[in-house]
Amino acid sequence: MNVMDTRATSAMLYLDGVHVSFDGFHAINNLSLALEPGEMRAIIGPNGAGKTTMMDIITGKTKPDEGTVLFDGTVDLTRLDETRIAELGIGRKFQKPTVFESQTVQDNLLLALNVDHSVRGTLFWRGSKAESERIDKVLETIRLTDARNRLAGSLSHGQKQWLEIGMLLAQDPKVLLVDEPVAGMTDVETHLTAELLKEINRNHTIMVVEHDMTFVRELGVKVTCLHEGSVLAEGSIDQVSSNERVVEVYLGR
Amino acid sequence: MTPHILTRSLDRAATAFVLIVAAIGVLIPLSNLLLPQGSMFQVPTYLVALWGKYVCYAILALSIDLIWGYCGILSLGHGAFFALGGYAMGMYLMRQIGSRGVYGNPILPDFMVFLNWSKLPWYWYGFDKFWFAALMVLLVPGLLAFCFGWLAFRSRVTGVYLSIITQAMTYALLLAFFRNDFGFGGNNGLTDFKDILGFNVQAEGTRAALFLLSCLALIIAFLISRAIVASKLGKVLIAVRDAESRTRFLGYRVESYKLFVFTLSACMAGVAGALYVPQVGIINPSEFAPANSIEAVIWVAVGGRGTLVGAALGAVVVNYAKTFFTSGPLAPYWLFMLGALFILVTLLLPKGIVGTFNSWWEKARHSSPDADSAAREDGIGAPNAAE
Ligand SMILES: Nc1ncnc2c1ncn2[C@@H]1O[C@H](COP(=O)(O)OP(=O)(O)O)[C@@H](O)[C@H]1O
Ligand SMILES: [Mg+2]
Repeated sequence: MNVMDTRATSAMLYLDGVHVSFDGFHAINNLSLALEPGEMRAIIGPNGAGKTTMMDIITGKTKPDEGTVLFDGTVDLTRLDETRIAELGIGRKFQKPTVFESQTVQDNLLLALNVDHSVRGTLFWRGSKAESERIDKVLETIRLTDARNRLAGSLSHGQKQWLEIGMLLAQDPKVLLVDEPVAGMTDVETHLTAELLKEINRNHTIMVVEHDMTFVRELGVKVTCLHEGSVLAEGSIDQVSSNERVVEVYLGR
Repeated sequence: MTPHILTRSLDRAATAFVLIVAAIGVLIPLSNLLLPQGSMFQVPTYLVALWGKYVCYAILALSIDLIWGYCGILSLGHGAFFALGGYAMGMYLMRQIGSRGVYGNPILPDFMVFLNWSKLPWYWYGFDKFWFAALMVLLVPGLLAFCFGWLAFRSRVTGVYLSIITQAMTYALLLAFFRNDFGFGGNNGLTDFKDILGFNVQAEGTRAALFLLSCLALIIAFLISRAIVASKLGKVLIAVRDAESRTRFLGYRVESYKLFVFTLSACMAGVAGALYVPQVGIINPSEFAPANSIEAVIWVAVGGRGTLVGAALGAVVVNYAKTFFTSGPLAPYWLFMLGALFILVTLLLPKGIVGTFNSWWEKARHSSPDADSAAREDGIGAPNAAE
């Protein structure tokens, strides 16, 4: 591992001057953001602000036209592909819950475990006690123990969201990128999800995108508001929601 | 909880399939050879050869199901790998003819003498030895699939685009093999075979043995496929099929997985072709025809995509129907019937014969009072209808 003084930044995730355009449309505009190790950050912003695109950049799905994206202060993420970035320890929950619908809940978790992902490794894989214990624990955490043998496609929307969070837990990445985790959830489920994320945050760095202000308030963490691909405001939820420009973009049109 | 890779793959349906194929593989040749001709239970030699052909098609169908049913790779060019395996075997059979050809040349096959070639092209070297030809049966389709897949999967060519370039691949090979100067007998292909490993290819005993070997190859191909789909690798393949980019974000190198099954599947198709050629007695460029590859995909769709057993069954059922209809007054309409069959299956039985039966069986079990959770042991659901 690199010694401290060669690191460009102490941040776990560091974005600086990032630009992305799709056919001339600037989706991300001079975006700069830093996430400290162990931090949980909430990202808000109107639809089309570029929140999902930012996650696409961090996870290697979209290559920025310009700018720096560093992981752990040393790794240039713009040069790596999705698989490599996932291996480094960046996990992602998608805005539209994406689970493997035709496989069982526990197989979804098994696939997510951060064990040997090579062709040979999976061909000759034989489950271990440690693995099934980890799966059991995750199932308990996401309250899907009773549904373990059900096909993931048969779960409710909220349960799928949780399964996907569970897959993140099984993957055990250093950084979790969570895109709109409480969309389609009941109030109780939303509350439980906030609790769950706070719990996970004890030993993981998290970036969570969410529209639901009650939920963001409940998380009680630093908030960044994106607008038209760059940072509009940053601070506590109260500071950000009383910011004039934030009020303007949310209500002004 | 941690069964061995082979025992894990043999559930009840798989065991039944293996036993049935083994029984057919033994009983048909025995009846052909031992029972008196004309007896009610004697299978005539022409039927042994015909059913041998079906078994080879079943292996081809299995190879397609492995990549399409489980990994979502719709190859519309798998006939090319089948034909290449067939040509490798055909080259061996050609060289066994020796000086018994029309022109009596001990080295050169007749078509080369006819073209006034003075010596054997380098790529025909070694094919006089069976072991070499057998190796090429695996290696040539495997290598082509590997190179093709390496380029296509790395550039993330998927879906319809991949299907189209596989069609282009088999069409390009069709054109190449049609050329006389390509050195594979041009339009006529390779035929007039005399013997294989010293046995007369026309003899009843040889045909019976080839039939048995084809069934054996089908069983082995099935066991390999079962072992793969029942392993964790099989779960990754299904994950790739259903949500490819999700799989990448979990840290799986999707292109390696695709390359692995695609290459393996091409080798299986090659073996099918190699067993097919001595039984039908000819291999020519028409085997590369794009329509052949499409037909093979229809067998899989009819039998049930993503079920393995269904693919093999589909190949036999559709080809049986083909033999039946193309030998009667309905012959000119066969292609329309095949097209109609495909449309009907897609609309009415999107899971195919076996897939539909499976879901019906699952339902029946779950509604019965003593349904147990073991029903889910297989862990593999039917694929989504959409590609
Ligand atoms: N692949 C793409 N091609 C073209 N435009 C895109 C693409 N991805 C995102 N966009 C556009 O970029 C903008 C930001 O989108 P997104 O990041 O999804 O917003 P958010 O998640 O904040 O709602 C939107 O206007 C969207 O239409
Ligand atoms: Mg979004």
